Amino acid sequence: MSAVLKDQTSSTMPRAAAGTYLLEAEGIMKGFPGVIALAGVQLKLRPGTVHALMGENGAGKSTLMKIIAGIYQPDEGQIRVKGERVVLHSPLDALQKGIAMIHQELNLVPFTTIAENIWIGREPLNKLGFVDHAELFRRTRELFDRLHIDLDPEEQVQHLSIANRQMVEIAKAVSYDSDVLIMDEPTSAITEKEVEHLFAIIADLKAQGKGIVYITHKMVEVFNIADDISVFRDGHYITTKPASELDRDKLITLMVGRELTQMFPKTTVPLRDVVLDVRSLSRQGVFSGVSFQLRGGEILGFAGLMGAGRTEVAETIYGMYPASGGEIYVNGKRVEIKSPRQAIDAGLALLTEDRKASGLFLVLPVLENMEIASLPGFLGRLGFVRQRTVSEECEKLRQSLRVKTPSLYQIIENLSGGNQQKALIGRWLLTKPKVLILDEPTRGIDVGAKAEIYKLISELAADGVAIIMISSEMAEIIGMCDRVLVMHDGHVTGELKRDELTQEAILHLASD
Amino acid sequence: MSTVVTNPKALVAKARRLPPELSILFVLLGIAVIFEVLGWIFNGQSFLFNSQRLVIMILQVSVIGLLAIGVTQVIITTGIDLSSGSVLALSAMVAASLAQSADVARPVFEGLGGLPVFIPVVAGLLVGTVCGLINGSLIAATGIPPFIATLGMMVTARGLAQYYTHGKPISQLSDSYTAIGAGAMPVMIFLMMAVVFHIALRYTKYGKYTYAIGGNMTAARVSGIDVKRHLITVYTIAGALSGLAGVVASARAASGQSGMGLSYELDAIAAAVIGGVSLAGGVGRITGTVIGALILGMMTSGFTFLGIDAYIQQIVKGVIIVVAVIADTYRSKRKI
Ligand SMILES: Nc1ncnc2c1ncn2[C@@H]1O[C@H](COP(=O)(O)OP(=O)(O)OP(=O)(O)O)[C@@H](O)[C@H]1O
Ligand SMILES: [Mg+2]
Repeated sequence: MSAVLKDQTSSTMPRAAAGTYLLEAEGIMKGFPGVIALAGVQLKLRPGTVHALMGENGAGKSTLMKIIAGIYQPDEGQIRVKGERVVLHSPLDALQKGIAMIHQELNLVPFTTIAENIWIGREPLNKLGFVDHAELFRRTRELFDRLHIDLDPEEQVQHLSIANRQMVEIAKAVSYDSDVLIMDEPTSAITEKEVEHLFAIIADLKAQGKGIVYITHKMVEVFNIADDISVFRDGHYITTKPASELDRDKLITLMVGRELTQMFPKTTVPLRDVVLDVRSLSRQGVFSGVSFQLRGGEILGFAGLMGAGRTEVAETIYGMYPASGGEIYVNGKRVEIKSPRQAIDAGLALLTEDRKASGLFLVLPVLENMEIASLPGFLGRLGFVRQRTVSEECEKLRQSLRVKTPSLYQIIENLSGGNQQKALIGRWLLTKPKVLILDEPTRGIDVGAKAEIYKLISELAADGVAIIMISSEMAEIIGMCDRVLVMHDGHVTGELKRDELTQEAILHLASD
Repeated sequence: MSTVVTNPKALVAKARRLPPELSILFVLLGIAVIFEVLGWIFNGQSFLFNSQRLVIMILQVSVIGLLAIGVTQVIITTGIDLSSGSVLALSAMVAASLAQSADVARPVFEGLGGLPVFIPVVAGLLVGTVCGLINGSLIAATGIPPFIATLGMMVTARGLAQYYTHGKPISQLSDSYTAIGAGAMPVMIFLMMAVVFHIALRYTKYGKYTYAIGGNMTAARVSGIDVKRHLITVYTIAGALSGLAGVVASARAASGQSGMGLSYELDAIAAAVIGGVSLAGGVGRITGTVIGALILGMMTSGFTFLGIDAYIQQIVKGVIIVVAVIADTYRSKRKI
């Protein structure tokens, strides 16, 4: 199958004479315990272009990038940099060959300054061999000036927002001045404004003749910046085409291997009784006067820009922080929720926004990650967990959510980002919630899986679960919600019914 | 579709990973074989097939093993317990003071008659439990690092143990009390605790919460775990095990001495780390720790058997601990 595709490829690819590629990877294979991550894939990067690498969760994109960046060694296959065959033993090796990478997961050291993070391992030294901090900060300022980044190099990384941390990661990768820059989902945690900023930086790098490999699950971005597009599916190489020859639908079909008929399978379901009633909830200095009612079967969206206070509202309802005012009623009864445990017992569930920081137990198996919030419901005598029952329930969910993993005993760190997210959704479904709060539920999730998750949300709503969906993605807010509350600066600035939902209406309320 | 894959089976096959305990078990067997061979070469006799030596070795391991079972659970939560050796001493002193036979000279509780054996035992356990409770509460309530909190307890408990009799040892313990330390009893107690906590860690809510907290404290909280309360429980259990170790140690020595268990906390931590318990949290099992303790015990026993200088033993032990930690770092780094 792929032999045929490869032939097609060479006919449609803009021709580049041998040796003119910045980077070529060919016949790359890589296996992990129980998984073949890459079964012979290729990637050819032309200078001065952005090459988008597309594929579903677990297709092997990050794995190939890690091989190219010297983090993993391939089982088979070869890599050429500017026509010359190389073997990369370590990230340092790759850097010396001119390959730098921005990781999918942020990797900064929180308790040191921005400048120290950027130049880590190559700090300028003074005559005595100590780090020359003045020079360090000067260089960082220079770099930031060049990239128009408005951050203080002496600030500690722990105080930065996720979006700003991502900008620091980007600056760090650029600072190596490499010919090849790998960006693995650089925009999954940043706002519109920073995305534009990043694209400007990328345009600049392109003009300097550098090559960029760009991974994303956001279709709009791809057609915005990509010159070439390669598609992987399940560890296999599918094709490479110039972006101009593809459109959204064609690309999705290539990625998922079938046509995706319905992205937002929203069904209208009869609304049931009010399950959650929040009355003028406030948290000092963060948000105030948030009131809304939520019925069973309803999907309520929270829209707004990052920092509008949506996540904080959810976390306060969920008992992670004390409210400074207001009341919460569940099924008509006043509840005092002081901890997540009480929230879970009251029938609430919260899928948090930052998977790695507050969701995953990276070193533990998928099973332990899924069952943890529901254990009190599966206890036998003496605090023993009724393991067979829980495992069966988890296995059912794994299948219905189609979490791609060789088994429930796989360490969750080894799953691709999207599959980690599905496992976490499984964790909350297992608690059989009455109210499910989803904070950026599809961050870093591929189109196919997104459609599946939307379908799942619709089905849950049809079963009478009340759903709150916090999202920065307009399309999913508009596509999925019955009603949307828009927040700005800690206040609800308006409410939109399903038939009033337009991008303009939301943006208008979100920014005034 | 499979046309591109030349050898998918081979890729998957090489991947199956063995349980981590297995590799440590091999290390233990390897060390045993080395001592056996060296024994025949230098001493002209067997190292392993000498029941007396094995008994001493296993008895030695039992006391440190009890501490190691506690500290394993603490380390899994990303904590540390430096106080176990001192708590052992304090518990031993208190228990011994209540376990003396009737009509002997008593440094404390002058004129007290002989008491039923359960009283000193319960008292020793209680002392350990309270120390652990204080450790846990300090850490949970004030948020100070476990290293500091338990360092404080290490110094304080040792001080209390000395102050209790102003340094005088407590001897002439009742026969029913010393029976706890006689024969194979210490080994039985150690193995029983190992089994209990192995099961608790793997199959109960307590264990699952312990791993979860070590894996990611914030996520544990979001998942409905009362992290503070659970940490207090874990440290309290570790304290209780130190108390039990104090009872066993004093029963075996038929006396209480304030210098008991000196630097045992380090051996306990070493046993856990050698056994594959990760200082980064969330990873480790009691089986590994038991093997780790056996490795340490066998080293001591083997070196003594070969007549190697005690100071050199110390040096070698230090090297082994560092190697174990390096192996741990290497294991967790490789996963990036
Ligand atoms: N270290 C590892 N150990 C075991 N399996 C792994 C490891 N790394 C990746 N895998 C597996 O290899 C496959 C490819 O993963 P990879 O992270 O490359 O996917 P991806 O295309 O980047 O997906 P996503 O879009 O979700 O980030 C997945 O099935 C994943 O579970
Ligand atoms: Mg990835």
